[in-house]
Amino acid sequence: MKKVTYRNRISKVLGFSLLAFLLTTISLFAQVEVAASTTESAADTAGGDPVQGKAIFNQNCATCHKLVGPHTGPELANVEDRLAKEGLDREWIYAWVKNSAKVIKSGDVYANKIFNEYKQTAMTAFPTLSNTDIDNILAYTAAPPPAPPTLRTEGPNGEPVASSGISNEIILWALAFVFAMLVFMLMSVNKTLRSVLQENGVDVEKESPKGLPLWKAFAKNHFLVLVSVIFLLLGSAYFAYGWMMQVGVDQGYEPVQPIHYSHRIHAGDNEIECKYCHSSARKSKHSGIPSLNVCMNCHKTISEVGPATLAEGKQYGVDYNKEIAKLYEAVGWEVETQSYTGETQPIEWIRIHNLPDFAYFNHSQHVEVGKVECQTCHGPVEEMEIMSQFSSLTMGWCVNCHRETNVQTEGNPYYAKIHEELSKKYKVKTLTAAQMGGLECGKCHY
Amino acid sequence: MNSIKKIGVVFGLLSVLVSCHDKSKPNYQYMPNMYEPVGYETYQEVGISPTGSEAMLPPENAIPRGWMPYGFENTIEGKELASLQVSPLDSLQRDANLKKGAELYGIYCAICHGPKGKGQGTLVKREKILGVPSYDDAGRNITLGTTFHTMQYGLNSMGSYASQMNTEEMWQVSEYVMQLKQDLTK
Repeated sequence: MKKVTYRNRISKVLGFSLLAFLLTTISLFAQVEVAASTTESAADTAGGDPVQGKAIFNQNCATCHKLVGPHTGPELANVEDRLAKEGLDREWIYAWVKNSAKVIKSGDVYANKIFNEYKQTAMTAFPTLSNTDIDNILAYTAAPPPAPPTLRTEGPNGEPVASSGISNEIILWALAFVFAMLVFMLMSVNKTLRSVLQENGVDVEKESPKGLPLWKAFAKNHFLVLVSVIFLLLGSAYFAYGWMMQVGVDQGYEPVQPIHYSHRIHAGDNEIECKYCHSSARKSKHSGIPSLNVCMNCHKTISEVGPATLAEGKQYGVDYNKEIAKLYEAVGWEVETQSYTGETQPIEWIRIHNLPDFAYFNHSQHVEVGKVECQTCHGPVEEMEIMSQFSSLTMGWCVNCHRETNVQTEGNPYYAKIHEELSKKYKVKTLTAAQMGGLECGKCHY
Repeated sequence: MNSIKKIGVVFGLLSVLVSCHDKSKPNYQYMPNMYEPVGYETYQEVGISPTGSEAMLPPENAIPRGWMPYGFENTIEGKELASLQVSPLDSLQRDANLKKGAELYGIYCAICHGPKGKGQGTLVKREKILGVPSYDDAGRNITLGTTFHTMQYGLNSMGSYASQMNTEEMWQVSEYVMQLKQDLTK
């Protein structure tokens, strides 16, 4: 057989060029619009480039200020207009940004008021920002907040998704129609044939004479009965064995957790290290469930997800913002005042991976000393929207890995001496965990 | 017609059997009293605890193993005093400490502060968390002591990391951060 590579070449080229044309024209229009809007707002704020301002804002201010909504410091949208109402001009803002502590010490009324309002959290001094930089930031804060981006029906590679969905549906309906036609045609052929036969005087409806019932004939043939009984027994033994072997194995266990936590977003999209949250895996038997202060390391600022993530959540039937709200309720965090209420309640997570009590397993031994990747046992967690048990966690599974895995001895001082002696004893260069005693009963059962 | 009914019954029974499998429920066990622990397990639900959970907060002023009491307060003055601290780690083990610090930095810090400490970690690039400064930011003037102080208490948006690393590990990371700052200001 020959491989046909370029069967749809022309149509593909045409399709792609159309797509490229559409995409570039859209972005061109968008650029024109952005340019128009920036010139307008630049005129409004009397100098200052909002685009540069955004970069400076994200780098320096966004730690504590949001454009809209509370944070460590006050919101900054239209901050200049609001300060103008207090009778404070741009010079005051320059002085404040460059060294707020000095303004507070000088006895400025508004400065002291805002300092006390925000729990006397001192704003970092920014002596490195020039007046033009601050103009740029003010231009950015004065610009109207961007409209929430409308959801585009595009896949990750920019190809339209909706059209392929529609074509799938059309194909399905067309197939259903063809089948209906076929059934109809068969029925009509059957009808005409019957009528032809009747015209020729052939009796179609006549039943063949009844002989011995099938089961009686079967019961009389002893050999056949014996063979089928043996087959039946063997077959049921096979299935019974299979069923009994899976008792106590929770592979694929996927309980509904009190908070829908997506490992796909955290470990996959955002590439957060496993050990960031499960830090006790480094030094303890258990890879603990992170306490909520670890969640709050990031979610103090991330109180709601972006529109793209929110749309992804709809595919799974989850509103991620509601899940973050559940976290806030449990940890007692108030978004409006940006403070802890002190009223906490534990989250009752459901444990998935659980070894029986008679087996000992130590995470730090595997993660820290053995340098085993988390994914080796827990599977592609970074792709799991809902966490489930990937491996069977049976003894056979443990033993297999101990037999097959070479111990990582390079740059691992823990093994320096034992490796040397054992490789002499077994006359091998690489050692498996089994050769180091990883199959001894007492290592895991005691 | 009869045979169709029979096939239907068989398939119906099969589907009933298959649908019994529920992924959200744990499987049956042979000998639960061998599988289930007698003692209290980590995070287990227990009746004797006031919170109902095995995991409880340690009593006031308890110091966990591996942690040392920290003498500076979480105030602006405390931070200024803390900035003068020197590392208690053995300077002869500096290479080993930096190596460990780099590993821990990769786990806990690089996600926001970036692998080089420029404030361009994955979360910043994806615009999830903003305003992460570069370590060589002149306005902040970070020192070994303030780095440790910030990890101990957290600062502004950054939370405390004292629950994830012990005192020695936080000093190792602080030394590595100073190394990064040195590389950035070069």
